[in-house]
Amino acid sequence: MSKEEKKVNRRDFLYTASYTVGAVGVGAVVWPLIDQMNPDKAQKALATTEVDISNIEPGKEITVLWRGKPVFLKRRTPEEIAEARSVSLDDLPDPQKDEERVIEGKDEWLVMLGVCTHLGCVPLKNKGDFKGWFCPCHGSHYDVSGRIRKGPAPKNMEIPKFEFVDNNTIKIG
Amino acid sequence: MSDHEYKPKSKAGKWFNDRLPLLTLGAHLTDYPTPKNLNYWWTFGGILTFCLLTQIITGVVLAMHYVAHADLAFASVEHIMRDVNYGWLIRYIHSNGASMFFLAVYIHIFRSLFYGSYKSPREVIWIIGLLIYLLMMAAAFMGYVLPWGQMSFWGATVITNLFSAIPLVGESITTWLWGAYSVDNPTLNRFFSLHYLIPFLILGLVVLHIWALHVPGNNNPVGIDIKKPSKDTVPFHPYITIKDAFALLMFMIVFAGFVFFTPNVLGHSDNYIPANPLVTPAHIVPEWYLLPFYAILRSVPDKLGGVILMFGAIFILFVLPWLDTSKVRSAVFRPLYRQFYWIFVIDVLMLGYIGAMPAEGIYLVLARVGTIYYFLHFIVVLPVVGLLEKTEPIPMSISDPVLSSGAEPSLAKKDNVKI
Repeated sequence: MSKEEKKVNRRDFLYTASYTVGAVGVGAVVWPLIDQMNPDKAQKALATTEVDISNIEPGKEITVLWRGKPVFLKRRTPEEIAEARSVSLDDLPDPQKDEERVIEGKDEWLVMLGVCTHLGCVPLKNKGDFKGWFCPCHGSHYDVSGRIRKGPAPKNMEIPKFEFVDNNTIKIG
Repeated sequence: MSDHEYKPKSKAGKWFNDRLPLLTLGAHLTDYPTPKNLNYWWTFGGILTFCLLTQIITGVVLAMHYVAHADLAFASVEHIMRDVNYGWLIRYIHSNGASMFFLAVYIHIFRSLFYGSYKSPREVIWIIGLLIYLLMMAAAFMGYVLPWGQMSFWGATVITNLFSAIPLVGESITTWLWGAYSVDNPTLNRFFSLHYLIPFLILGLVVLHIWALHVPGNNNPVGIDIKKPSKDTVPFHPYITIKDAFALLMFMIVFAGFVFFTPNVLGHSDNYIPANPLVTPAHIVPEWYLLPFYAILRSVPDKLGGVILMFGAIFILFVLPWLDTSKVRSAVFRPLYRQFYWIFVIDVLMLGYIGAMPAEGIYLVLARVGTIYYFLHFIVVLPVVGLLEKTEPIPMSISDPVLSSGAEPSLAKKDNVKI
């Protein structure tokens, strides 16, 4: 084969075109097979939960199920709020002010996913070194604002999207 | 690969073999020349084949009665235990069979580590074996989720959350694995599907594992290359088949002991409580065969770091053949490696013990020491010892050490004639 024949010819074009079309075809088949594993419409339909909070006394906490996960609703006492706000941000592995974790004017209501940010266990309330929550699985301590203070969890417990429908009802999601 | 031309005796056999040489394959497997000095540590390949077939057969039967739905799974397992004829027996064989499978595979792996079976030219056998081991762990984990008890649910939650440690895409991957926003019915359903699939993938890899083994032939306790066939080998059948059968019988006694006398001792009582997404059991512990890796995970005070080290502990085994610099295979002739080998065995057992203990105080310290040593063994000890060690003299053939240690040479000679 001489050197001149190395230039692009019809056959090279056909190879490239066939491989390209083939790759697009394989991709088009593979994607539905992968995406079918993502949450389906029935799962997404469960995306909001409304909770009646009229019976919760200050200092009490309830747990509700939202999207298969527990959500902690805690009505905090003024002392607890004061304590959460007295913490220096330098002491927090995942610095976040308590004010950023509640809705302004509704500061007594802490609404957060009751899921440890380490590996997803449900922390126990009123336990641990910081009067908040303690995860028994791998020993993460959270404070009264649900912020990580000690242990392997990397983040504060997540605050889901929520709003007050009226004074006695919270809509999560 | 066949060293001889096999000729079926019957006309029908010849007709068939010309079209599909299954009989030639059979003859190859029967005559396969095997080192004559294989000890009982070499019988675990056969035992593992038995374990795999036991899991497949009992599993297919259980799937006839089990219902993979979050609302029905727990009750259907109790239905198997109480109503299905011999359901209790079949389920206990299947659940204890998983533990027996891992017991055998760990002995098989540590045998390979002692006698250097992973070294050239057997690296591919080793790597296929590790792939089988990975699939075994996946199958065991998903199988444990199916009864949908508390340990099932929370074990699944913790293990799938490991993937959330991956930066950026971690959360999406976890949701994708779940098919929901937490471990839920879609998760259970897909785990059942995959749990049924994986054993057949393992079966395929086992065929490749044995195929790759039959290219160089077995390693042996002396660890030297031998000529095949020669006075150093015996045909696989009947010599190895009968030895394997005897070892299998002993193994089955232990197996039956668990199934009939303490069928729940390796499980957790929490798994007889139906799954509850609102309450995590006080002590989440994986099954015993995953404990060393669990200890490594917990020893690191950082989520991503723990996950990386845990997977690293398994994946470092894939490069083991290239980390070990010694040309001598068997630890029998490696006085230094022999000692480090046993330290490593103790280290892994210690990590396993710590994995079952709470992650605090002295256990946390020991877990960290154990984890560091685990990696040191592969990254430092193996390469360095291989270079520094003065190995003991290696025999020229398998017959050599036998004959020089006072055995009757004439007897050995007679044996060879028979072969």
